[in-house]
Amino acid sequence: MSGASLTAAGASAPAYQKVGSIRRERRWALIGAYVALAVFVVFFLTPPFHMLVTSLKSSSEIADLAGNPWIVQSPTLENYRDLLHEGNYLLHFRNSVIVTLVVVAITMVISIFAAFALARMRFWGSAVLATGVFLTYLVPETLLFIPLFQIIGGMGLYNNLLAMILIYPTLTVPFCTWIMIGYFSSIPKELDEAALIDGANHFQMLWKIFIPVALPGILAATIFAFTVSWAQFLYPMAFLVSSENMVLTVGIASDLIRGDTFQWGKIMAGALMAAAPPLLVYAFLMDYYIAGLTAGATKG
Amino acid sequence: MADGNVLTAPGIPAAVAPPRTGRLHRLARRRSTLAFLMTLPLLAVIGGLVAYPFFYAIYLSMLNKRMTRFVGLDNFAFLLTRETFQYVVWQSVIFAVSAVIAKALIGFILAHVLHTLPAKGQRKWRGMLLVPWVIPPAISTLAWWWLFDPTYSAINWMLMGIGAPPVAWLGEPGWARFAVILVNVWYGAPFFMIMYLAALKSVPDQLYEAAAIDGATGWQKLRYVTVPMMRNIIAITVLFSLIVTFANFDIVRILTNGGPQDRTHIFGTYAFQVGIQSGDIPLGSAVSLFMFPILAVFAVFVLRGVTRRSKEMAG
Repeated sequence: MSGASLTAAGASAPAYQKVGSIRRERRWALIGAYVALAVFVVFFLTPPFHMLVTSLKSSSEIADLAGNPWIVQSPTLENYRDLLHEGNYLLHFRNSVIVTLVVVAITMVISIFAAFALARMRFWGSAVLATGVFLTYLVPETLLFIPLFQIIGGMGLYNNLLAMILIYPTLTVPFCTWIMIGYFSSIPKELDEAALIDGANHFQMLWKIFIPVALPGILAATIFAFTVSWAQFLYPMAFLVSSENMVLTVGIASDLIRGDTFQWGKIMAGALMAAAPPLLVYAFLMDYYIAGLTAGATKG
Repeated sequence: MADGNVLTAPGIPAAVAPPRTGRLHRLARRRSTLAFLMTLPLLAVIGGLVAYPFFYAIYLSMLNKRMTRFVGLDNFAFLLTRETFQYVVWQSVIFAVSAVIAKALIGFILAHVLHTLPAKGQRKWRGMLLVPWVIPPAISTLAWWWLFDPTYSAINWMLMGIGAPPVAWLGEPGWARFAVILVNVWYGAPFFMIMYLAALKSVPDQLYEAAAIDGATGWQKLRYVTVPMMRNIIAITVLFSLIVTFANFDIVRILTNGGPQDRTHIFGTYAFQVGIQSGDIPLGSAVSLFMFPILAVFAVFVLRGVTRRSKEMAG
């Protein structure tokens, strides 16, 4: 700031000219910026928009090759109504909700305790474990789904939602623990010392100090766990076979495509409703959402 | 942190200090057991559902198809001789590298453009630009699939409008490869944008002011201030995305299911087809495990970048 005021004070008549050109340059840069942004917004929002348009069309309007695919002539909600009244769509939605809620709860309990221990109580191997947690986060599900398929089969959990509840935490717990370690470590040590002096034990310390202070971090981690569980596709694809046990990500396509008949109107309506929960969470909690999903690489 | 301790330490009266340390000592003794119990569920998840399956995968990959006999490295050797698998390796590399480069470039441009906007408008644009990354990919790929439909493709409809011939998006190998990359870029570019935007905001303004005083052009500012300041975050994001993209499953599985003629299969989808659909568990494990060396190398570099960054931020 002081640098800026110094240069402004030292500016003589010719410098004023320069300031003007900089302002003009700025304006052009801003116009260019808006054009670039508009182009990418169109590119990024085209598929969801087309999804919405298709979901509002009747099957005859979709099948009409003479019509404009980007415009609805006679909007109808019949695709939504059919989905909600017949078929297994509601069942899939319910399964997704159950799995996601249970997995989020399990994830948060496991990762808050583990992160508290790893951030505050140095013990033998704690540093190695923290590194291991991060590396586990980098293990993709495509590396492990085949042995897990065997393990799940061996436990008799094939085609069972319990298998999802058991396995999803491998995708959520490492990252949530990792970001919670970051949030907990940033809490000043003076706070724990004060609590210890007041006679609090470790659980009271966690409950009364760490959880309230790190609440934004906990919210971000919860949103992350929710997003990952809701979006998971490979495990349900590999481990669930009967329609009534499926979750949304696999259920929509498996139920609405029979051989060569694609019920595109319903597929798009189902997809849009399946995308709604994460979109709503994102719309209302955007900052926490972004914090949660970007923290892994930026927080130590 | 250090300052705080120095300041508070002399503040404690000498008389209070000894009982306090005694109590802390007692706590410390119980502490390690308690800490172990608190990390036990985490250890169970990592050990039982990540580490154990990994070693189990190695064991499985060395069995014959009916899992009755130990065959050593035969599955790996067999895969290397198969033409389809060679396609898979190449396609995985092309898919990951080109998608990550495109995502990184688009993300970098968008982050820069957003950064020049006034703070008020920035939020609205950022909100819209992040939408592809919020919709579960398994869901949004359905929309892309419909956009690429052979008969009703809405993209071809627009192409016809400008007089261009329709494109067999998912029917012709070259276009199908392009399509899966395009969808991956669409899904992943917002992530790069948001990471770079956060990094751009953390570059101190004084550096740009100093550069401006030295007469640096916009390009020079980018080259000598922005990029060096963001180098680490760029490296982390690129490597992380390489891992995720290389191990992708959803997009290829829904869009092309590996076709046409297995030309768009990547490791994940091919392992699924071989291991789960054709029921050859050992061969499928072997396909997955081929990813491991590459992923391990990337993971080590990501870890190095992240550790360095947290040290920088602490220091």
